[in-house]
Amino acid sequence: MSMTLLYVQTLNGLQLGVLLFLIAAGLTLVFGVMDFINLAHGVQYMIGAYLAAMFTALTGNFFYGLALALPSALAFGLLLEFLIFRHLYDRDHLDQVLATFGIILFLNQAVKVIWGAAPLSVPIPEALSGSIRLMDGLLYPVYRLAIIGSGLAIAVLLGILVSRTRIGMLVRAGASNAPMVSALGVDIGKLFMVVFGFGAMLAGFAGAMVAPILSVEPGMGDNLLILTFVVIVIGGIGSVRGAFIAAILVGLVDTLGRVFGPQVLRALMDPSAASQAGRALAPMLTYILMAAILFFRPGGLFPAKK
Amino acid sequence: MTMPPENGPGFLKREAVPVLLFALLALVPFVAALGAESYLLSLVTRVMIFAIAALSLDLILGYGALVSFGHAAFLGLGGYAVGILSAHGQTDALVQLPVALAVSALFALITGALSLRTKGVYFIMITLAFGQMAFFLAVSLAAYGGDDGMTLPGRSKLFGMDLIKNDRAFYYAVLLALLGAYGLCRSIVVSRFGRVIRGARENPQRMAAIGFPLFRYQLVGYVIAGTLCGLAGFLLANQAEFVSPAYMTWQRSGELIVMVVLGGLGTLHGAIIGAAAFLLLEEWLSGFTEHWKMIFGPFLVLVVLFARGGLMGAIRRIGGGGGHG
Amino acid sequence: MAEPALELRDLNKAYGALTVTDHVSLALPDGEFHAIIGPNGAGKTTLIHQISGLVPSDSGSVRLAGHDVTDLSLPERVHRGLVRSFQITSILPGFSALENVALAVQARQGSSFRFFGRAREETRLNDPAMQALEEVGLGKRAGVRAGLLSHGEKRQLEIAIALAAQPRVLLLDEPLAGTGPEESAVLIALMQRLRGRMTILLIEHDMEAVFALAERVSVLVYGRIIASGPPAAVRDDPEVRTAYLGEEGG
Ligand SMILES: Nc1ncnc2c1ncn2[C@@H]1O[C@H](COP(=O)(O)OP(=O)(O)OP(=O)(O)O)[C@@H](O)[C@H]1O
Ligand SMILES: [Mg+2]
Repeated sequence: MSMTLLYVQTLNGLQLGVLLFLIAAGLTLVFGVMDFINLAHGVQYMIGAYLAAMFTALTGNFFYGLALALPSALAFGLLLEFLIFRHLYDRDHLDQVLATFGIILFLNQAVKVIWGAAPLSVPIPEALSGSIRLMDGLLYPVYRLAIIGSGLAIAVLLGILVSRTRIGMLVRAGASNAPMVSALGVDIGKLFMVVFGFGAMLAGFAGAMVAPILSVEPGMGDNLLILTFVVIVIGGIGSVRGAFIAAILVGLVDTLGRVFGPQVLRALMDPSAASQAGRALAPMLTYILMAAILFFRPGGLFPAKK
Repeated sequence: MTMPPENGPGFLKREAVPVLLFALLALVPFVAALGAESYLLSLVTRVMIFAIAALSLDLILGYGALVSFGHAAFLGLGGYAVGILSAHGQTDALVQLPVALAVSALFALITGALSLRTKGVYFIMITLAFGQMAFFLAVSLAAYGGDDGMTLPGRSKLFGMDLIKNDRAFYYAVLLALLGAYGLCRSIVVSRFGRVIRGARENPQRMAAIGFPLFRYQLVGYVIAGTLCGLAGFLLANQAEFVSPAYMTWQRSGELIVMVVLGGLGTLHGAIIGAAAFLLLEEWLSGFTEHWKMIFGPFLVLVVLFARGGLMGAIRRIGGGGGHG
Repeated sequence: MAEPALELRDLNKAYGALTVTDHVSLALPDGEFHAIIGPNGAGKTTLIHQISGLVPSDSGSVRLAGHDVTDLSLPERVHRGLVRSFQITSILPGFSALENVALAVQARQGSSFRFFGRAREETRLNDPAMQALEEVGLGKRAGVRAGLLSHGEKRQLEIAIALAAQPRVLLLDEPLAGTGPEESAVLIALMQRLRGRMTILLIEHDMEAVFALAERVSVLVYGRIIASGPPAAVRDDPEVRTAYLGEEGG
């Protein structure tokens, strides 16, 4: 019984982990390559979810919806880049924080105006509905497995892209030494745009994928954004590999901590105090993890910059 | 940015803005007595409380270039100190205030010691994360209202008496606190300590090569700022007679930064003006439309793109002042 | 025999595959004026970074008057009397020249956790600072914002800041870099006056200045010291002539 719960929660943690990775992958590159702090990355995730919801409703098919949402999320990210972000790259971090904060305020509200304040729901596509028996007594929703699977597939693709291709090499070089890359005669502006658009699309993809299982609502990206920051800090800015490992780590710690933290404490102290302390501690676990890792490795697990 | 000479003739001219500001604040209750008293008093009290918070942030952000994105946590810590102590029957400010300040200082010491080991975007993200940690802690305090927060039995007592129960008395108490906070910050920024903090903003490597281990100075600065913001939290809880996790959302931290920047970084009185500008703008815009953030967000982007040095900087530039670093 | 004022024992440093400091050992007796010369990119600045503690060494040790300071931070070394200047001017541009120097005095006095009183008006800080400014010939410019000083004046300020820290060992990284003839003359005269008052390690491309000032000269090429001795001997060393002076058309 308890073993089944452990498996289920581990899968849930994995699912949160791949989501975090999809959001963090683009963001860590944006930080690493451009030294640009983009608070508005979380709204890309939200926009992805809303676009998926809208196109699914329009076409009546989640897969068409997803196929339309992705290029739209990309286009939206590039539009933001063109209108605002590119004017902020050479500004100090404070300016970047303020401007991207302004964008969040605007978009969270704009979404409310366009789609209403009430959460939207997207039905799980027929082909991926239902649960599958993974082992005795362990049923798990197919759709959630699909999220984990597609997230892992993208992680592998991204790994190949970053380590094997020319653009990936430039991105890696840019993360560890941006001036050198521009000295090589690479159009750094174009490189930034590619990285940025790609990151926006990945975040949008994450949002679209969770639309059927979470409620699509204004501000849904905000809390996830901060968890993404924790991932990036732990993984090391600019490192896709670090982001992946940290994302899975954070996903598991956060999910398992909430479920099993109180149980572990109950073994150590009296039950009512344990559930009190457990509830208070569980949401703090990821942050405590971050603090501990930072204490020993201020540059994160895989710092791209030396 | 140069500091003006501290003494000599023209004192009033140079100090015109803060003198005028505090004179205005002192007069508000008299104006309020003419009409809409409780609305006006509570609005301006709120402005002054946030001014204390913004002031404390200006100390490290404006003078020390430390972009702390978790400052609202201290508002919450100060507020929850009041709330939790009240829930246990401890309603005297003589106990509540020291606890509020001590808790804020301790939190600043621990999170500051970790955050200040890093720089740049790391520092921003980590302070943000610690702020969020405090937020979730408050959310999980089911015994104290959890998500919904808790209503206080009333304002804090002083020596067991209801000295700040009256809105006008509370107003002046807050004004006094603001004046004290402002005076303290003014003193700090021109002191030996403040000079080290300002030097670290300009050129940390030079400061280290002169012989300053910057970490410990920045940490002390961080603790001072956090403690002062804890005071604002204490006052905010008393003003609203209510505390909730909403005190320390990360959006609130962002708003504090906006206040400091709107008023002009590293000027102290700018933080007061910025807090007033932000809250009054919010009040005014939300009078037109519930979607005021759709106006405020782009406004913020425009300020960043086109009005460096905040509102005051823009006003100075239009007035032909210039000379802003 | 007395301990050397500054001693480097087998210092090493590499950036990736590039060895920048290669088994450097050097001892400066108390009060010596020692110069290091070497072509661009030889690793001179990196060596100063290692000695001052700005950049950690891969291996080897730095000893100050017999004490191992290798594990001390940059500020801690300053408090032990090991002070440096920067090749690329490093000042506080928004502070007045006087305040730049007064901060160094303040760091030395070691009482910076004072939250009250106007630092700018403290004569205990300003008087020694003024003295250092006058020593480098900047007395008249004390009130000017450092960022507004001319390039040569900034170089003078850089040295005044270092002097105000009251060094026992002073590391000067190309103090004459980018100065005009007049400003150079002022700075050379200043270094002349400092001779003997403290131990000085000077890095300089200006050969005339080096051979006029230094008691001993070391030649650094590709991170290695290839010769070390009195100026005349170094000048005549055949290896030095081919490796270094030859390039300058010596
Ligand atoms: N942080 C660094 N990372 C990688 N390589 C570096 C770094 N700092 C210096 N180098 C390299 O080390 C070598 C030595 O540099 P250094 O600045 O010490 O030379 P230098 O002798 O002071 O030159 P110059 O006469 O031009 O001042 C150079 O090839 C330089 O490119
Ligand atoms: Mg050099």
